[in-house]
Amino acid sequence: MSTAPSNGRQPVAAPTPASPGAPDGSSARHGSIWRVAWTVAWRGMHTYIRRPDLIFPSLIFPLVFFASFAGGLSALGRVPGFTFPAGYTAFQFVFVMCQSAMFSGLFTGFTLAFDFESGFARRLMLAAEDRRGIALGYALVALARAAITLTLVTAVALVSGMKITGDSVDLFGLYGLAALLVLVGYGWAAGVAFRFRTIQAGPLMQTPVFLILFLAPVYLPLALLKGWIHDVASVNPATAFLDAGRGLISGVHDHTALAFACALGLILLFGIWTLSGLRNAETSA
Amino acid sequence: MNSLLSTQVGVLARRSMRKTLRQPFQLFPIVFFPIILLAVNASGLKAATELVGFPTRSYVSFAIAVAFIQGAMFALINTGTNLAEDIESGFFNRLALTPLRRVSLIAGLLVGVAGIGALQSAVYILIGLLAGAHLDAGLGGALVVIALGSLTTLGFGALGCAAALWTGSGEAVQGLFPLFFVFVFLSSSNLPRNLLGTGWFHTVADWNPISYLIEAFRSLYIYGWDATALWRGFAVASALAVIGLLAASAALRRRMQRT
Repeated sequence: MSTAPSNGRQPVAAPTPASPGAPDGSSARHGSIWRVAWTVAWRGMHTYIRRPDLIFPSLIFPLVFFASFAGGLSALGRVPGFTFPAGYTAFQFVFVMCQSAMFSGLFTGFTLAFDFESGFARRLMLAAEDRRGIALGYALVALARAAITLTLVTAVALVSGMKITGDSVDLFGLYGLAALLVLVGYGWAAGVAFRFRTIQAGPLMQTPVFLILFLAPVYLPLALLKGWIHDVASVNPATAFLDAGRGLISGVHDHTALAFACALGLILLFGIWTLSGLRNAETSA
Repeated sequence: MNSLLSTQVGVLARRSMRKTLRQPFQLFPIVFFPIILLAVNASGLKAATELVGFPTRSYVSFAIAVAFIQGAMFALINTGTNLAEDIESGFFNRLALTPLRRVSLIAGLLVGVAGIGALQSAVYILIGLLAGAHLDAGLGGALVVIALGSLTTLGFGALGCAAALWTGSGEAVQGLFPLFFVFVFLSSSNLPRNLLGTGWFHTVADWNPISYLIEAFRSLYIYGWDATALWRGFAVASALAVIGLLAASAALRRRMQRT
């Protein structure tokens, strides 16, 4: 059985167990995941673009952070011992980029939680052929939202005179790292959203990510931090992300392999967290 | 008549304070977020004190001022959300049907907010001292910090009331928080204005009233008694309170006509 198309778009087919004798059962399942994912992603992006209350905060906040940190703290570039080849604007751009990437994932988790609260996600779970496609669909939304935000932030940074001393391969690596961070943020938030299924869980999604990001060398390099923040930042994976990002934008690589390994490890971990959350939502639906 | 009004205001003020103090999810952000940000910024930006022209060697003493503003902004959210909740649940309408004077409805709430503002300011002073901040103006300065903190919280609380009365929705009130947070970011919250190197940012911080509020709190910690910083800070806080009260009373009139 499949749901009738109500709006001329591709329907999200109802669950049908793969027939045991079907020769291509696994590829059919694989196809159904993507069918569900694309439909969820299309709907998610459509909603995002059409709702000013969703799109504007997600675009304005990174710009405010960028203005505040790169503009307001530019004097920190004169602190004795601060040497960054691409300058303080690029130094802060990488932080804002990492933050925007992770928060694009988080905000998509908010959307998922809101969809549960409104009852839409429950209906979606009834209709989806393969429910993993729902999790994948929202992940695509997170990536698309991040692409819009990061394009704008990059454009503003370039207009404001940001220097990039890394080459094109480095930049590819930088944006690749950002894409992985979107999935890290989304993986965490989606796991929480599937478990709690209410927007009230928003602080639980946001606070740990906020803390991890700000307990890294945000304003100055690790070497210039003193006291407890230096100790915490030394073992914080976000430090590796920032070091790698700053290394890539300046062309002087620093902890690049470690950052990619950390990001992939976290995606794997949060992937399991999300899928187990999905099972949790299925059993209580 | 006056004693009746003060009784009404007193009862509603007590209810308003209890409503905040009894709810951990309202108390938690007031204490937790400003302190976490203070801890992170005081450590992360400690090196800024090495810049030529930075007014103190203690970044905690410099940064503690921001906690008072953040606390006041949480009052905006808590007051607005509590009032919106009363409107959504119908309690506010039932209250309006009683012989209670209209002015008491808002005055009671705001007296409670001012009380919370004084209380949270005292907590920030204490935490600041424990974290190593030095209050140069001494005990008298602490009292001025509490008075300014209370007035600032009253101003933000009044704006929260206005938003709640205008929209009747807690969600809409919550949406105001990021807007006000932008004002903190685009001010002299992290560096003194003389060290804001980027031209446009310096101009924005000069025009941003939050800069003067922060600098008034900061002056008591760093310079002792700076009359200019203090009158500017009190002027901004008073203006905020007057604007908030006018907006709240206009919104109250509009809501009463509707109900």
